[in-house]
Formats: sequence, C-alpha cells, structure tokens
Amino acid sequence: MAPPEAAAAAPPEDTDPAVPPAVLEAIGVGKRFPGVVALDDVSLTLRQGEIHALVGENGAGKSTLIKVLTGVHRPDSGELRLHGQPVSFARPYEAQQAGVSTIYQEVNLVPLMSVARNIFLGREPKNRLRLIDFPRMHREAAELLAGFGVTADVRRPLGSLGVGTQQMVALARAVSVQARVVVMDEPTSALEPREVETLFRVIGELHSRQIAVLYVSHRMDELYRICDRLTVLRDGRLVHTGDLADLDRMQLVSMMLGREVAEVRRHGVTGFGEGHRADREPVLTATGLSRRHQLDDVALQLHPGEVLGLGGLLGSGRSETAKALAGALPLDSGTVTVAGRRLRRLTSAAAIRAGISLLPEDRKAEGVIPGLSVRENIVLAAMPRLSRAGVVSRARQDRIVEVFMKRLRIKASSPEQKVGELSGGNQQKVLLARWLCLEPRVLLLDEPTRGIDVGAKAEVQALVDELAQEGLAVLLISSDIEELVEGADRLVVLRGGAVAGELTGDRVGEAELLEVLAAHGPGAGGGTSGDTAPDEAAEEEQG
Amino acid sequence: MKSLTSPRPAAVPADAPPAAAAAAALDRQRIASLVQRQGVFAVLLAVVLVSSFVFPSFGTLDNARGVTVQASFLSVVALGMTLVIITGGIDLSVGSVFALGGVLAAWASQYGLLPALLLPLAVCGAVGLLNGLLIARAGMAPFIVTLATLLAARGLLLSLTHEGATTYLVPRGSAFAELGQGTLWGFGYPVLIAVALFVLGGVVLQRTSFGQALFAVGGSADAATLMGLPVARTRVLVYVLSGLLAGFAGALNAARLSSGVTIIGVGMELDAIAAVVIGGTLLVGGAGSVSGTLWGVLLLAVIQNLINQIGSLNSSYQSVVSGGFLIVVVVAQRYLARARLTT
Repeated sequence: MAPPEAAAAAPPEDTDPAVPPAVLEAIGVGKRFPGVVALDDVSLTLRQGEIHALVGENGAGKSTLIKVLTGVHRPDSGELRLHGQPVSFARPYEAQQAGVSTIYQEVNLVPLMSVARNIFLGREPKNRLRLIDFPRMHREAAELLAGFGVTADVRRPLGSLGVGTQQMVALARAVSVQARVVVMDEPTSALEPREVETLFRVIGELHSRQIAVLYVSHRMDELYRICDRLTVLRDGRLVHTGDLADLDRMQLVSMMLGREVAEVRRHGVTGFGEGHRADREPVLTATGLSRRHQLDDVALQLHPGEVLGLGGLLGSGRSETAKALAGALPLDSGTVTVAGRRLRRLTSAAAIRAGISLLPEDRKAEGVIPGLSVRENIVLAAMPRLSRAGVVSRARQDRIVEVFMKRLRIKASSPEQKVGELSGGNQQKVLLARWLCLEPRVLLLDEPTRGIDVGAKAEVQALVDELAQEGLAVLLISSDIEELVEGADRLVVLRGGAVAGELTGDRVGEAELLEVLAAHGPGAGGGTSGDTAPDEAAEEEQG
Repeated sequence: MKSLTSPRPAAVPADAPPAAAAAAALDRQRIASLVQRQGVFAVLLAVVLVSSFVFPSFGTLDNARGVTVQASFLSVVALGMTLVIITGGIDLSVGSVFALGGVLAAWASQYGLLPALLLPLAVCGAVGLLNGLLIARAGMAPFIVTLATLLAARGLLLSLTHEGATTYLVPRGSAFAELGQGTLWGFGYPVLIAVALFVLGGVVLQRTSFGQALFAVGGSADAATLMGLPVARTRVLVYVLSGLLAGFAGALNAARLSSGVTIIGVGMELDAIAAVVIGGTLLVGGAGSVSGTLWGVLLLAVIQNLINQIGSLNSSYQSVVSGGFLIVVVVAQRYLARARLTT
C-alpha cells in the first residue's frame, strides 16, 4: 500500500543509535471548558525531526491540545517545555516567536489581502528605509510558492484562489518562518491528490531539516505513509504513544474507538450495509441544470430508497449540483421536478417545501449556528411547522429534539448545550437532525463525513443507510472514494460541470469510477494522482 | 501541467470555458480593483473639469485655494478615520475631539506655539487611547465606545468654555496663528500639512508592517491573531492615531479661526465616514486607501463649493448630493467586491 517514498520519509527509528532530543513537550496538561474536561493529564513529546501523528476521534481533545501547544489556549494544569525549558505561551504570537508554527484546519489567512502579503504578514522584507520592499516580497513569495506547486500571481487577493491553493499558501507561510516545530491540523482535508503529494514532499524536506512535525489526520493511509510515531487520545485522555510501525490499522482503530479489535473487524471499514431496492418512479428529476462556468446541462434522477453517489474531482460541479437542487444556487436554466410536480421558482424555500433538504459541505459557514443550543439548531428549519400563528410550542420542540438526539446518538450534555462546544461529528449530526425533522423526501449530503472521526463516520454512514432503507432518496457527495463506492447504489460522475458517465449495478466500483474520471481526464500524463480540477488548473495557468 | 495548456481535442468542448472564464475573471478582478481604488478620483476629475467650464468663477486659483483650505481640516480627521475603518472599526468621537483640540489649542496658545500643539495632542491622544483600550482590551463594540467618548468629549469641552460663554482667542500674530493663516506659494499651511500627512499616512499604510497589520485585522481578526500579529496593540494604536489626528486638525482649525469654537465639529464624524467610504474604503474593513479618502474629502468640498457657486440653491442641498454619492458608492462597492473575489 505504501509507495516507495515512505521509506525515505520515515526511516525506522530503531536504526538510530540515540533517540533524538525532545523539542516540544506537553507534560500532564489539563484543560477544562464549561461542562467539559477537554484534556485530562495529557502528555506528548515531540522529538527533533520526527513526524508525529496525533489521532483520536472527534472530541478526543486533539484540537484543544494543538491550541494549547500553539498558544491559543493556556493549560489549566501541567506545563509545556521547549528544548527542555518550561515555557508559557500567552498568545499565538509568542509560540510563533519560539519557533512553533501552525497550519489550522480551516485556512486562517486574510482573503482580501494579496497572496504575497499573506505569506509575509508580520515579517515583511524591508528596504534600507525600513519600508516594505514589495518587488522583493513578490519575488520571494513567487519563488517560495513555486516549491509548493503554486504558480498563481502572488499579487492576487488570496480569496480569489481555490481552497486547495489557499491551503498551500498557508503551508508555505508556516514553513517559511524559522520554525522548529510545525503543527498541521488536518492539512489534507481540502487538498487535491496532486497537492497532497506536494505536501508530503514538503513534509519530507522538513524531516530532513530536522524540523519536528505534529500531524493530525483522519486518513489512515496518510498516517502510515509519513508518520514515525503517534499519540492516541480518547475522551481527553492519553491512550497510547509510541512507534507507529508497532501498530497495525486495526489495532489503531480499536485504540481510537476504545473497542475490541474483533468488533471492528466484524463491522468492516465503513458503516454501509447492502444495496437498496429502488425500482419505483423517481421522486426527483432534474434536467438541463446549467449555470455559466459551473454547470453544463446536468441531468439526474433520484429514486425513493436509493443512495445516488455523485462522483467527480474537486471543482467538477458536485457541490454546485447539490446546491442547485436545493435552490441555493441561482441557475441560468434547468428544471427540477419533485414527485411529479415541477418547481416553478427554484428557491431554497420552494425546495424545502417540496421536501428537498441539503446538508451543506461547509458546516461552519453554511450550517450550524455555533452560538445557539442543540435544541435551537435542530428546530430551526422546522419552526414554521412547530408553530401556530407564530407561537412556537416548546413542548413539541422538546419532543422532537429528544427523539433525534436519541436516534442520531448526539453526544451533548443537554439539549441546551451550545453547538459550538460539540465535536465536529456531533455538529454534523445536529445538522442532519435539523433536516430530518422536516421529514424530507430527498436528502442531499455534501461531504457528510468530512473532518469527522472514524467512529462518528461509521455512525453517519450507517444512518444514511438506514434512511435510504426507510424510503428516503439520498444524494451522496464524498471525496472519499471508498465511502462513495460503498455507500452508493448508483453513481453519476461529473466532470467540468457536466455529467461524464453513470455507473449502475455491478459497475459501481473504485476501478470503474477511476476509469470514468481518467477517460475524460485532462491529459493522463501524471496518472490518477495527476488529475486536477479543470477550473483550478486553468486558473493557475494565469500565473 | 504541460498537457493542460496544449490544445484539447474537440471531443471535450466543456474544457474550453473554464480557461477562458478564468482569464475573463482575472480581467474583471483587475478592472473592479482599479475602479474601486481610482473611481472617486475619476469622478472628482470629471466634476472639476465640467464645473470649470460651466462656472467661470469655479476654475480660478483663488477658488481652488479656498476649497482646499476648507477641506484640509476634514481631510486630516478623515485620514485617521480611514485607518480605523480599515481595521473594521469606527470612531464616532472625532467630531467632539476635533472641537476639544481646537479649544485646548486656543487656550494654550497664550503660552506659545509648542504648548498650543502639545496640549491638544496629549489630551486627544488620551481620548483615543481610552477608545482603543476599551475596544481592543475590554472587547467592547467600537460604535458604543466612541459614541460614549463623543458625548464625554463634548461635555468636557462645554465645561471648559462654560457652555460656550468663554471663548479663548489665539494671540494675534503669534507663531500658532501663522500656522493656520500663513501661506506658501499661495496655499495655506493647513493644506500643505494635510498633504504631508496624507503622504506619510499612505507610506505607513502601504509600506510598513503596521499598515499591513491594519489590513489583516480588518480582513480577519481571527486569522491575524493566529498568524501571530499583535492585534490588540494594533487596534489600540489606530484609535490613538485617530484621536491625535482629530485633535491636531482641531488645533489647526483654531489657529486659522484665531479662536477655539465650542460648537464646531458637530456631525463631523459623519462627514469623515462619508468621505472615507466614498473614497473606496470598505466599511467592513480589510480594504481601503488614504488617497481615496483624500479624493473623497475633495469631492465633498467641491460639491459644497459648487452649490455655493450656483447661489440660488439652498446650501443644505450639499448634504442631499453628498448622501446620494454615498449611496451610489456603497452600492458600487458591493458589486466590485464581489467581482474582485469571484473566479
């Protein structure tokens, strides 16, 4: 499974005569938030030049630990040591000054500022008059980014670039400071396969420069490919720390989940069951969905009780299609018919009335309202139904919320806990509950398991399965090919905003999907890993 | 990557639009960015050119001198406001601080030039510091904090002048009076000082780390914090600067008028905000320029001057026209910002 580079990137440690010295250590760190113990006596040692995986389910405390290490939070107990000396970071600035550099999960740069300004913010190159030397800044930024495979004009506003490119810029910024430690919180979640390769090459370079990397990811393949050691957290506690080579995948998964190995084996890798019967009339028919530059005559049908997978690379129009069906993307032309009735005006309100619910890709920006409680978030969309003459019945709310919290196994201290305090997986379930209590006929799921941990992932997958069995028509979008292929009964593959092919029955498989993608791929030069979204590639040509 | 640039087979026509679209998007971004930055200047130029032909008395050097002196005080206040708005904040206190600076300068001018400048700067800087600390350290909303200091500074001012009963006069012929009334090459010192401050402001904003930090804080305060920028310090400093500039502008105005006027500067913060926004600075922060603000202030001044030239029109119409401009600009900004960020 692991390609040849793995050996270069991760030499077995037992050949080293001495264990490399520790760079950054957390010793017995504890951190509490209202109602939650986020970290309880957690220790972590990051050694010089090692690539250290930090894994755990969502809510295990990974993000909190990272924030403690990088000065965003201060630990309530325990201490941090840098090169053996106790340190205390009051702010991210101090951590960065001390050589601890971080790439956060969501890109944290300034969209309105140019790429070059973002890279050099706070440490701009100066000329003799102590003023910013823009020609030099642009030159250095372009040189730096070339090493990351980014050729976009560095004077463009960062926000006009694709998310993957923005992530590469964040990476370039993080490693270009004089860092001793680079912390990466799920750096690959928004990257294309080609960009992931670039990231791994950069991590290899960091490794050879004796820089320690703390790497957080949910993707097992990545961990086994690049990491030397790992630390496993569960429920805010340290479960295991040691060499990754000593653990096989099953042991790792069972450690993260706190279940027995045999149990994990029996349940398989994903939570999906068998296929569904769906030979009735389509509940949703879409034809000729078009929008300039984004969608080109997309047509599809969804049957009750089936899971239709929407395949394609990032930027192929998958999310746009889902949004169009939900009335959230204005179209130039196209019709959507639900249960025989054509929607005259395709707006979000009309789609919801017709029984179409969309679980959006970006749950932070488009989904949950972090400041509201679990209850409020769940009943938000159902308000009109729960109210009579504008007055909302609290008792009915509580009943619905209770039912869904139980059914979706939402872990929260109470229905009144703020959603922002829940883990990513639980936030996703809250969103799902919000749409399910509308009793939709069609459920559109855009990356329902992105950024959530293995356990919650399997639960969400099983839930999708269950819903389809109950007769819901589900549209599933996922970058995880395995999830897409196992979850879908049928696959429609998009490319460049148009339908490139459809796979049904036995043809629903990874190989077949790749074949469709590759058959229409933009110059098969680099094999499957060289595939890029056309929009993004074209955009970079401009550089 | 090579294969992507090569001509594609006709079998996949769907590929052509994205590349062309990206090029078009880039052009659109450039144009939008240009309009956003230089649009006001073009409007100003057009208004000035047309007016010069229509009203013979408008295009004279004398009139230009008059207009620029009138505009110089507001422009200095608006300079500080530009920096504040770029960080995503707002400073409503500048009108009161302007008047306070004027009265303090007039009172102190009996002791010489230096006290007449330093006293208003110290007091107005302190007001700015209070604003900044309450906003950046205590996390209060800029609107509320500066509304409070607007009222407080005005109250302080009224008590200093005994409800306007006492007027402090600047000694005739003193160095301080000369600062407000003297001229060089026909242009008043306030104009030259304002131009110098704008050049300095432009350099600070565009060519220093502090200036970049202002954009970053306004663009995304969270990102700026995580990138290790001193966000709180930057915010405090920008309100201090705004207070200093407003106080200094008030002092200059007192020097020009030879006295500290109690009732001056009421509503000036709104004119300053209008000029800043007309100048293309985003009210939500993160983008803007001091040059735009300069043109915005001049545009407001020219409109007022034109209405005076017409004579038959009530001078209150100036506000109507300015208001109209503001709406046009804000609507245009919305579309321009979208064009700049879409691909």
